[in-house]
Amino acid sequence: MSAAFDILLCLMILATAGIALFVRGAFAAIAFFIAFGNLLGLAWLALGAVNVALAEIAVGAGVTGVALILACSRLFELGDNLADVRTPLASRLGSAALCLGFTVMLAGVVLTIPPGDRLSKVVAPLLPGLGIENPVTGVLLAFRGYDTLLETFVLLGALVAAWSLTPDASRRLPPTTMVMTDPTSRIVAEAFTRLLAPAALIIAAYLVWVGSDLPGGAFQAGAVLAGALVVATLGGVVVLPRLDSLAARIALMVGPLTFLAIGLAGAALGGRFLAYPDGLEKTLIVTIEYALAISIAAGLALLAIGPPQPMPNNARADAR
Amino acid sequence: MLVEGGHVFAVTGAVLAGLGFYSFLVKRHPIRQLLAANVVGAGVFLMLGGLGRSPGGADPFAQALVITGIVIAVALSALGAAMVVRLAACGDKDEAPLGEKREGP
Amino acid sequence: MGPEFLAVLQILSLALLAAGVLFYVAGSVGLLRFPDAPSRLHALTKADNVGLGLVSLAAAIYWGEPAIAAKIALVWLFAIISSGMTAQLLARAAPVADGSGSPAEYERESGT
Repeated sequence: MSAAFDILLCLMILATAGIALFVRGAFAAIAFFIAFGNLLGLAWLALGAVNVALAEIAVGAGVTGVALILACSRLFELGDNLADVRTPLASRLGSAALCLGFTVMLAGVVLTIPPGDRLSKVVAPLLPGLGIENPVTGVLLAFRGYDTLLETFVLLGALVAAWSLTPDASRRLPPTTMVMTDPTSRIVAEAFTRLLAPAALIIAAYLVWVGSDLPGGAFQAGAVLAGALVVATLGGVVVLPRLDSLAARIALMVGPLTFLAIGLAGAALGGRFLAYPDGLEKTLIVTIEYALAISIAAGLALLAIGPPQPMPNNARADAR
Repeated sequence: MLVEGGHVFAVTGAVLAGLGFYSFLVKRHPIRQLLAANVVGAGVFLMLGGLGRSPGGADPFAQALVITGIVIAVALSALGAAMVVRLAACGDKDEAPLGEKREGP
Repeated sequence: MGPEFLAVLQILSLALLAAGVLFYVAGSVGLLRFPDAPSRLHALTKADNVGLGLVSLAAAIYWGEPAIAAKIALVWLFAIISSGMTAQLLARAAPVADGSGSPAEYERESGT
């Protein structure tokens, strides 16, 4: 029964991916990509990786989908009809042969590796020392703390890079005005935000808190908050910050800097960089996670919305 | 036994990576290529997840690695999308856009 | 709780699940077959919300724990609220995207 479900799920994943990759229209492709991401989330649930399922659905499908759709509509406004140019038959056949060979090779290699979570046994005895029961949080924040610290800086770096694409003239503008132009739509989005935003805050706080023992954590919480922020900008409830806004910069930096400061403090207190002092592990990890959740939320939301659009988007819609 | 529980997902991941690469090669629009790159990434993640599966649960290291990967992927996709839009806004003109008059670096 | 009672609950949960799936199928058929955006949305949101309610109820009965049932109820509530919002926004945007006029024009024509 379960094997049948797995195979059916995998076939559906392949089908939605195929449509997303090869359908003619760009918007349809993104719609199918979002469906694909949600099915992939189900696959992660079937694999017993609830942490990843949450991240995949919220970040992989949700935030990426928003970013791609916004990019498409901006391209459309700029006169790009998003049509795909047909590649010559010869190059399509060549690519197909290459990719088929690649796939067969990859699948063959994968089949030689027996599945198993060999590292659970390594992680499990170390968790009681941290006071944390979710092994994924333990790996992310303690055993592989370097990765996570650098990851938060990659997120920040991507945002800085995206913002640096704006022409100087628009540095003083908010990143983009996303407020809906149709007044009734704006009221709908605004009312929805007023319902959603408090719930999203509670859910995010809960996800971080519960993330030490059960599935959840800073990334999932940050994604929930980022979603709420994007919806809030549609209704005009949250006005997007200017690129030189101090508050936005603090929100973006608080997580990585807290992480870095605690890591350095660990080194200064005689341990290694990113080593937590005995007895304080859980307190410090939860502190870092709350700070990270704020920065990830701000970073993901601003990345999804994109840098200021110099021409058509900013001119209108400022009627509040 | 050849195919164990996790292999179904791992092979699906391999096929996703192959499909994604093919789409990346034959689709010329940069947005479609970004999307294809995301599918390749998802395939790689699924391979990791499938191979980290056991009846008892999933490998925590693989999970942590994939969560990190998902966040990096979204950051780079958003940056890529911003670059594509900016490129389109510049048009085919060679000069710097919108009165951005600067000396070279 | 005796075993008979549990069996009855299982059957009830299965029946609710089947009914829910039926509504989902109906909604999807409507999405594919109806001619214009408002009627497609009508099929999608109404049928799917009933389907979601039935499936949620089935899941809550299946797990049989109040705490889980409460979480499922919250999920159901948020899904319904967001589907209501997106349907409204889509319906207002759709006539524009179709090229058949602005939402205001559409309202004048359809007399709403």
